[in-house]
Amino acid sequence: MKFAFLSFESPADIARRTGKDSKAYVDGWMAYGAALQQAGVLVSGAGLEPITTATTLRSRDGKRQVQDGPYADTKDQFGGFYIVDVPSLDVALEWASKSPCLPGGAIEVRPLIPFPPK
Amino acid sequence: MNDPADPRRAAAAAARTSYERLLAFLAARSHDLAATEDALADAFREALERWPATGIPAAPEAWLLTVARRRLVDAARREGTRDAAADDLRAAYDEAAALAATTEAFPDDRLKLLFVCAHPAIAPEMHTPLMLQVVLGLDAARIGSAFLVAPATMGQRLVRAKTKLRDAGIAFDVPEKDDLAPRLAAVLAAVYAAYGAGRDGLGSDEGAADLCAEAVSLARLLAAFLPDEPEVWGLLAMLLHCEAREPARRTADGAYVRLSHQDTRAWDPALRAEADAALREGSRFGRFGRFLFEAAIQSAHARRAETHTTDWAAVALLYGALVRVAPTVGAAVAHAAAVLEAHGPPAALALLDALAPRDVAAYQPYWAVRAGVLARLGRRDEARAAYERAIGLSADPAVRAFLHGEMAAP
Repeated sequence: MKFAFLSFESPADIARRTGKDSKAYVDGWMAYGAALQQAGVLVSGAGLEPITTATTLRSRDGKRQVQDGPYADTKDQFGGFYIVDVPSLDVALEWASKSPCLPGGAIEVRPLIPFPPK
Repeated sequence: MNDPADPRRAAAAAARTSYERLLAFLAARSHDLAATEDALADAFREALERWPATGIPAAPEAWLLTVARRRLVDAARREGTRDAAADDLRAAYDEAAALAATTEAFPDDRLKLLFVCAHPAIAPEMHTPLMLQVVLGLDAARIGSAFLVAPATMGQRLVRAKTKLRDAGIAFDVPEKDDLAPRLAAVLAAVYAAYGAGRDGLGSDEGAADLCAEAVSLARLLAAFLPDEPEVWGLLAMLLHCEAREPARRTADGAYVRLSHQDTRAWDPALRAEADAALREGSRFGRFGRFLFEAAIQSAHARRAETHTTDWAAVALLYGALVRVAPTVGAAVAHAAAVLEAHGPPAALALLDALAPRDVAAYQPYWAVRAGVLARLGRRDEARAAYERAIGLSADPAVRAFLHGEMAAP
């Protein structure tokens, strides 16, 4: 079963991405991704630049709106995702529990809609 | 925080004990755990709220039964139907009420509950959650968090397990002599898993500490019920040693401290003494199983408080014995870690290399120990890769920080 791990990083962790203390935090993400990969469960994934770089498009009554910033302005930022392939939700949660965003932020685990059978 | 002299805590503990005794008595007769829990739930909640203020009633079980009776009568009226299970429960209830009114000490069948929760008909991964709910009254949300399962899912699994116990007509009994050992092993493993769930990765979370305390109290309960079973004492001794060290596992600013570097002055001497007494109690039978070996290992580590040095040769020997009686990946990796200190990195690496790759792919301690072994051999690049793997597999940020420090060490 494939699951998406949606990482929500706390403001403190977002700040730790850069600056002189960033190494341990960034290395933690590298190690986490490597552990997923070496265990053979990682399908794909990416980290996202901070929400200040986001641009959001909407269309209302045929009128297009372009807006600076994220779709949802939350305290914890949606900061990246992984797609993993594991036998069950239990295993997915076990992996999710090791995410570096956890002590301050959160990780949302969602099953992917399976491809329709051919 | 678990001061037994605190009257409010004592009242809450008495409410819980009385509830557990009643539940055990009624469920053993009605064979319907879920229905029995429902019948007692309100009374238990009320006792938890009121006894700390009013004091413990003279006949606690009778008090609970009186409150529960209202609920039972209401439920019967609401449903309007009578089924056999409800009749069984009512008959058991009447028997309990008669006993509570006449006897000094209400019969204590809690051991039956522990055994039924770890029954072979129930999937092993549900033994501990069931025990936490049935014997300790924890809710599905808390149990789910401890075991990394969504609360609704955990709730469904608990309901299914109880339904299976009821529908399969499983006896609420303590197994007879020949069956006792294997069944007891499942009970002990479930109590140990409860302790582990409280300890793992949950850091300083208060609920986690509570779960550890509950597991220790279950182990004490087992030792009181089954004083002639050496493994029961082994489990109790091991858990008490772990509890004794709890204050030394972190520095004041939350950094992780490994066992061999902990400040022994922070260890709790009373818990240590109780642990070693339990180990002596279990050792007098001359039959050593998994938990007695684990307890002996913890006791060997604890002696550093007096000798100021860890006897790694003894620890390695005991782990070797443990691996023979209980060949788990955890024991094998801990064995290698002790061999590293006692006999050097080549011997430790040979033990690690002998483990099956699929067993260790996602097992953090393996990679942490392997990294240390490779670093001591001067194989720096491989050590670094193993440290990174261990960091990626750690749920606890303090452990991640510790491993970063080890990796950076010259």
